[in-house]
Amino acid sequence: MNSALETAAHPAGLRRVAIDPVSRVEGHGKVTLLLDEHNRVQQARLHIVEFRGFEKFIEGRPYWEVPVMVQRLCGICPVSHHLAAAKAFDRVIGAVPVTASADAVRRLMHYGQMLQSHALHFFHLSSPDLLFGFDSEVARRNIVGVAQAYPDIAKKGILLRKYGQEVIRITSGKRVHGTGAVPGGVNKLVSAEERDALKRGLPDMLAWALDAVEIAKQLHAQNPVLYRDFGSFRSNLLSLVRADGGLDFYDGVLRVRDAGGNILFDGVSDQGYRTLIEEEVRSWSYMKFPHLRSLGAEQGWYRVGPLARVQNCDFIPTPRAEAERAAFVAWGQGEPVHATLAYHWARMIEMLHAVEVIAELLDNPALLSGDRLSAGARQGSGVGIIEAPRGTLIHDYDVGDDDLVTRCNLIVSTTHNNQAMNEAVRAVARDYLDGRELTEGLLNHIEVAIRAYDPCLSCATHALGKMPLEVSLLGHDGALLDRLLKSDGELHREMPRGGAPAA
Amino acid sequence: MNPGRVPALLVFGWGNRSRGDDALGPLCVERLRETVPVGVDVEFLDDYQLQVEHALDLAGRRRILFVDASVGCAGPFEATSLQPARDASFTTHALSPQALMQVFSDLHRMPPPPCTLLAIRGERFELGEPPGVSALANLDAACRWAGTWLRRP
Repeated sequence: MNSALETAAHPAGLRRVAIDPVSRVEGHGKVTLLLDEHNRVQQARLHIVEFRGFEKFIEGRPYWEVPVMVQRLCGICPVSHHLAAAKAFDRVIGAVPVTASADAVRRLMHYGQMLQSHALHFFHLSSPDLLFGFDSEVARRNIVGVAQAYPDIAKKGILLRKYGQEVIRITSGKRVHGTGAVPGGVNKLVSAEERDALKRGLPDMLAWALDAVEIAKQLHAQNPVLYRDFGSFRSNLLSLVRADGGLDFYDGVLRVRDAGGNILFDGVSDQGYRTLIEEEVRSWSYMKFPHLRSLGAEQGWYRVGPLARVQNCDFIPTPRAEAERAAFVAWGQGEPVHATLAYHWARMIEMLHAVEVIAELLDNPALLSGDRLSAGARQGSGVGIIEAPRGTLIHDYDVGDDDLVTRCNLIVSTTHNNQAMNEAVRAVARDYLDGRELTEGLLNHIEVAIRAYDPCLSCATHALGKMPLEVSLLGHDGALLDRLLKSDGELHREMPRGGAPAA
Repeated sequence: MNPGRVPALLVFGWGNRSRGDDALGPLCVERLRETVPVGVDVEFLDDYQLQVEHALDLAGRRRILFVDASVGCAGPFEATSLQPARDASFTTHALSPQALMQVFSDLHRMPPPPCTLLAIRGERFELGEPPGVSALANLDAACRWAGTWLRRP
């Protein structure tokens, strides 16, 4: 639970290395390393360099607009924001529980989102590292390289994602900016034709999801030391679980396990999350550092997302995924699995579970008919918590008598994992970079550790030309000593201080 | 639409409508959809970003027009013929259009349809801001050019 290397004891005389922005993650992140004259790492930090101001974007809006509007916060998991907001405003209008039909349609939408997001991450963002190696040729280490070398794997990933997107389109009404969930329920059900079309695709999706779990499992079996030790550290684990302890991505109560797997907190209502969690601001990052209130910032930080969920639950309530969870737990030999790379394996178990749940939901008659909306006594506030692809997502609102939002607090999954990603960076810096000359491959090791969390650091602004990768090496006096730029398919190196261009 | 048959032309724009000038791509698609001449066999799609599964949307087309906001192009817009490329655009969850074309080629073992990128000059991308005045003027000019692209035989 330590944060060694977060702050150097004597930073003035150290070299600074910046990875800016981190690639193949969503948004703008920057890693800085402070090295001494022997290239020993003295400080390592993941900075979030874009301030988003999401809460101010929402305050003052009519509450019924918010579930649609929040989708524009993020181009990667808009459905998660859509549903978390809808759940919060269910509370505001007293619609708890929503109808069986609304619950079924929302769950189908959400598990479609989990499927498409996990497929994208594993097959297209992480597989280049996992299949080719962390320090393989940089020009090959991307989805195009995967499509060339492993076209079947790439195609399965695309079709899994496409299927998940189709589930979202059918349940939300549109391919993007869907309006399926509204405060109190949903505004459309699923037609028999739409259901049947989705059912026809299920056998392939199930087979490919099983294949994906097998790939992840084999990667661990083929290189157990790497997959056990890379970026590894112990932490608490937080997620929603069902009241009976089963895995649930859509609803439940909050549970926390400590690093040894013991339950610290259980059955915490989503409406009472603030009794469990508080957020800390640090001067060097725009992203807050949430932690368990009773344990404090030093001991109370935790991980969320697939690694936490698969181990926090007592069981997965679908048979194939539960069998795979058992194999995953066995890998830990009696201890929780804390390996950063195990996120990928856990993510694929979750993707398999998502396909199984979609199959169950498509047999649920409530999808096709029944009441869409419910309502009850009006409240002044509401909290909606959902397990988004990257982890626990919290939407918390106050609404005035005029129906305008007066306060909004969002804790997104990546914020929960802020301290954990910093710990992963430090672990890799300590194990791989300490005392060595820096290369692009070594720096990619740091990015591999960050990418395992599938962080979403920003929202969807990706105009052409906005996202190069720049690595800068600065002397202790701030002078530029070296710069590595990855842009337009080329890797350029500049040596502005007396050296000739090196590559 | 008949299953298995797709319109000959595809216009695909992307961007976030709540991010200032980043909305130019979807806005262009929206305007073209509203003004498309009768008889033009075209499908209009928009999304937040280009993603790998969009490679499947390229199949069966005669011509494709990609539309996006650009901070690097000259105003008011630039139209460029594209070739598949293994570029280094994989910096986030999104792809460049050239990379998307390359994914199509690798998956289908054939070249993609002819693709053109309509890059519309944008400058401000702040959350919650509407598109700027100059960006909207650039959009007008770009939509006029795209109208001629649609009517081309």
